[in-house]
Amino acid sequence: METDKSKIGSFIFNRSVQGVFYQLITLGLVALGIYYIVTNTARNMLERGLASGFHFLGVESQFDIGMTLIEYSPTSTYFDSFIVGLLNTLLVAGIGILFATIIGFTVGIMRLSSNWLIAKIAEAYVEILRNIPLLLQIFFWYFAVLRALPKPKQSLELYDSFFLNNRGLFIPDTVFGEGSSIIFYMLWLTIIISIGIFIWAKRRQNRTGERFPAFYVSTALILGTFFISLAATGFPVSFEYPELKGFNFKGGVKLIPELVALTFALAMYTASFIAEVVRGGIMAVSKGQTEAAKSVGLKQNLILRLIIIPQALRVIVPPLTNQYLNLTKNSSLAAAIAYPDLVLVFAGTALMQTGQAIEIIGMVMGVYLFLSLFTSLIMNLFNRFMKVDGER
Amino acid sequence: MNTIRNTFLGLVCSVLMVPAAFAGTLDTVKSQGFFNCGVSQGVPGFSNPDADGNWSGIDVDVCRAVSAAIFGDPDKVKYVPLTAKERFTALQAGEIDVLSRNTTWTLSRDAQIGLEFAGVNFYDGQGFMVRKDSGIASAMELDGASVCTNLGTTTELNMADFFRANGMAYEPVVFEKADEVVNAYDEGRCDTYTTDKSGLAAQRTKLADPDAHVVLPETISKEPLGPVVREGDGDWADVVRWSLNAMIEAEEFGLTQSNAKTECALTSNPVVARLCGKEGGTGAGLNLGDSWSYDIVTMVGNYGDVYEKHVGENTPVGLARAGSPNASYKDGGVLYAPPAR
Repeated sequence: METDKSKIGSFIFNRSVQGVFYQLITLGLVALGIYYIVTNTARNMLERGLASGFHFLGVESQFDIGMTLIEYSPTSTYFDSFIVGLLNTLLVAGIGILFATIIGFTVGIMRLSSNWLIAKIAEAYVEILRNIPLLLQIFFWYFAVLRALPKPKQSLELYDSFFLNNRGLFIPDTVFGEGSSIIFYMLWLTIIISIGIFIWAKRRQNRTGERFPAFYVSTALILGTFFISLAATGFPVSFEYPELKGFNFKGGVKLIPELVALTFALAMYTASFIAEVVRGGIMAVSKGQTEAAKSVGLKQNLILRLIIIPQALRVIVPPLTNQYLNLTKNSSLAAAIAYPDLVLVFAGTALMQTGQAIEIIGMVMGVYLFLSLFTSLIMNLFNRFMKVDGER
Repeated sequence: MNTIRNTFLGLVCSVLMVPAAFAGTLDTVKSQGFFNCGVSQGVPGFSNPDADGNWSGIDVDVCRAVSAAIFGDPDKVKYVPLTAKERFTALQAGEIDVLSRNTTWTLSRDAQIGLEFAGVNFYDGQGFMVRKDSGIASAMELDGASVCTNLGTTTELNMADFFRANGMAYEPVVFEKADEVVNAYDEGRCDTYTTDKSGLAAQRTKLADPDAHVVLPETISKEPLGPVVREGDGDWADVVRWSLNAMIEAEEFGLTQSNAKTECALTSNPVVARLCGKEGGTGAGLNLGDSWSYDIVTMVGNYGDVYEKHVGENTPVGLARAGSPNASYKDGGVLYAPPAR
């Protein structure tokens, strides 16, 4: 009996057993909390006569959207409007990230320039843009752009094919005729071959130390094959030019001012943060590295490319990921200037017409969560790729 | 961001609210001594704040009438300005008790999103405004136009219906707030601005040069606008519904803000006597004092008083009442109140 008791005692007072016990209790409480919230919400909604469920996704939306990347009309479903909004969000986030990165890296490197004027211009850029609220910048660019541009009838034009007015930028659309699919197959093929060349070149260099001009070779390969296949198929590509008909231009590709203003504002704003991240990353590489590289006789551009940037990137990538996530999430400010993104179209119009706030906000939150996690995943993979070999 | 915050607040409220624990809104309102009235962020003539933050307009006067009926004081109201997108969530979540914000009564709103409409205080219809120099005389000439409007309204659906029914193309440009719509239209982003005609008349006063714009003759929809309350609280809905009805019936029987005192002292008409709170004990059924309708008329005015004061022809909004559906049924309109007895 005595030994049994002490056994039980030692079991109860065992640290790891206690740990598991408390974790189970916490887990149970969390589960209970979620259960309470879900059942309570359902009951409240029922009591107040609120519709619930996801049936609305299959119902005709009956509203129009100003800019759609897929076929969409008022007879499309709410689910289609969700996809339209999602694609518009992805578009603005994608272009925004691209430009923010280019501007950000340029400004970041400019700030480190030994030229006083260049460094000060970059500093002014960063200090001004990152200290003004983004929403104000979006309004500024939007109304500044609108006010500066002429009406459709007085459009600025270039070669009768590019038109710029306060309804947007109109450019010719490329129309691919019959037989053009082969060109795309060739394009994809050469891109895959080029990736192969890069991998092979890197391996060979690791093994033998010899360098191979992979960049020039693959560029020549891709462009060369593209033009040769174009010529071989007899140029099955034509252009559709925008034309002024009534109020607006018809035909061609149209970039609405909302898209331009939003992308511009997001890219400029986020670039000011990226510039600081880049500057910090480069400054984190100790001066001894540069001096050592110089002493073994490397040229200035090789020092930057082979010594500084690979080390700086390891410092830059994690905070850069943060900035990409911020840009994607900030794109939801689109609603203020009528850019039909996910928040405006789905969490706005669709929510108002169906009244199903919980389902719709839930879906929208899910999308942003997924986008953020996906971006993080890509950037983490990139970061692992950039690691110095043998580093843990 | 405000919108997102409010939507969230609504969500959190509807998620966490203790079930079935809410007492009747009327009792709560009586004990706290005021109620919250959801209004627009500024539509002249309907609900608009002045420089000192005092709200006025016909939508505001519905709330003032309710306040007069309950408290014998028209100013026991806290006004909560809301965007079109926020308004229903705010009402569902209990942030406001009455929504009086030019809201159209439709089937889906009545049946699906937990709202109860308490009546109609303005019969409206959607129209289009264009620049005079555009030379457009009819909405049927709008093929291919860019159309500015705001989010979260029946307007978006009506314009889709209108252009689809007439086989015309258009580009919708949808903003979250009315002020941005006005701005963008003024800057020439759009060829036309569409919303309820009363809204067009009101927003036109905000344009840089109001006289350079004209509202087209077509009315493309029915927009009965009225106060809204939460579904499932019949007593509260009754108070709001009958406050509005009393204003309309007072006009039908010639009882105005200026003559109510003398009329009530002299009257031999039993209907007027009931409206004056001298006969019939109409307050008991609504859990209000018997002078509730008298207070509405003397403190806020009858429907005609309110209409002429805020949106009538002598105001900047300038909406003629004669010949419109908003005229009393006696004058050929559709304004008609069930008897307050």
